[in-house]
Amino acid sequence: MEAFQQAIAERVAEQHRHHGKSQFFWVWAALLSMTAIEVYLTYQNMQPVRMLTILMGLSLVKAALIIGYFMHMKYEISRMKWLTMCSLVACLALMMIFFPDALRIVSLGVK
Amino acid sequence: MAEATLLHDTTAVYEPSLFGTYSKKIGMWLFLLSDSLTFGALLYAYSYGRISTPNWPTPFHSESIVNATIMTAFLLTSSLTMVLAVRAAVQGNATAQRLWLLATMACGMGFVILHGREWSKLIAEGLTLPVFPKLPGQAAGGEFANVAQTVPQFAATFFGLTGMHMLHVTLGVIYLGVIALRRNFIPILLAFWLAAWLGTPSYSPFHYGAHVLLVAAIVCSIVLWLKPKVYDSSDVEVAGLYWHFVDLVWMFIFPLVYLMSAKIL
Repeated sequence: MEAFQQAIAERVAEQHRHHGKSQFFWVWAALLSMTAIEVYLTYQNMQPVRMLTILMGLSLVKAALIIGYFMHMKYEISRMKWLTMCSLVACLALMMIFFPDALRIVSLGVK
Repeated sequence: MAEATLLHDTTAVYEPSLFGTYSKKIGMWLFLLSDSLTFGALLYAYSYGRISTPNWPTPFHSESIVNATIMTAFLLTSSLTMVLAVRAAVQGNATAQRLWLLATMACGMGFVILHGREWSKLIAEGLTLPVFPKLPGQAAGGEFANVAQTVPQFAATFFGLTGMHMLHVTLGVIYLGVIALRRNFIPILLAFWLAAWLGTPSYSPFHYGAHVLLVAAIVCSIVLWLKPKVYDSSDVEVAGLYWHFVDLVWMFIFPLVYLMSAKIL
């Protein structure tokens, strides 16, 4: 079984050899730029909901870049991509069930 | 002859991997998925507290925001050096691999030190938890003493979330140290433990938190002595997945916790 695992690892390593070094620097520069934009927006006196929407949007783009390029998910087979990402998003989305309760506390008080 | 060669083809003997990659990497992805739910729960708890509390504090001065931005830059740079370490590993360049791993560890340590400084400053100004040791002469309280009393959810969720992340970064640095230096890392880790333990005052939470390094040194020693091995490119790649995940989580903590709670004058 070790030999089989080794064979797969070598195939994955072979795929890595073809990744250009420059794309990692571009992704890094994009991530730093988006962080700078986030900090700039913080001091623009925007409405909290609007600011939260923009910040979370930028965070999702940054997360996609990190997962796709740095964690090499872009180069995995589609079964791996869909199963991991869909299960993660579904589980995190389920946790949103608590937010209406937080809003209830604001409007009705703690009961 | 061709048939004889086919018999030695491992893919012909074993069923192909369902996910097209090796089991160590799938194992790490499964761990990261479960860990993302841990951080998801903490981030949702923080957001819940924020939504349900109208007088949620915005304590972070521009100094704190600059500090957190530098911490973010450290983590992003560490992700770049990590991916270069993986690249060096698959190319078989052991020296470059080790140097990039050490650069990643240096960035991670920079992050932890800056984060520790930020925590110490907030604690000195009165933002604390009941479990933290009392600071000498803190009875009068600092700028955030009333925050800790009126909105205790803030300190609880802030320290819970950022503390869990700091622990992950610390363990990530240790993980990379083991991959890069193997047994040679143990005395270095013990030296860090002594420096952190003896170099922090007894009323600092880091005085006791430093023992994480001692526990990690014992666990790493047992693992390295029981199963000594030379770590290959797949080990470096799997360690890289963990490190990038730590970076990824911070991409949500930084805007949600720091930027959304910036004090704008």
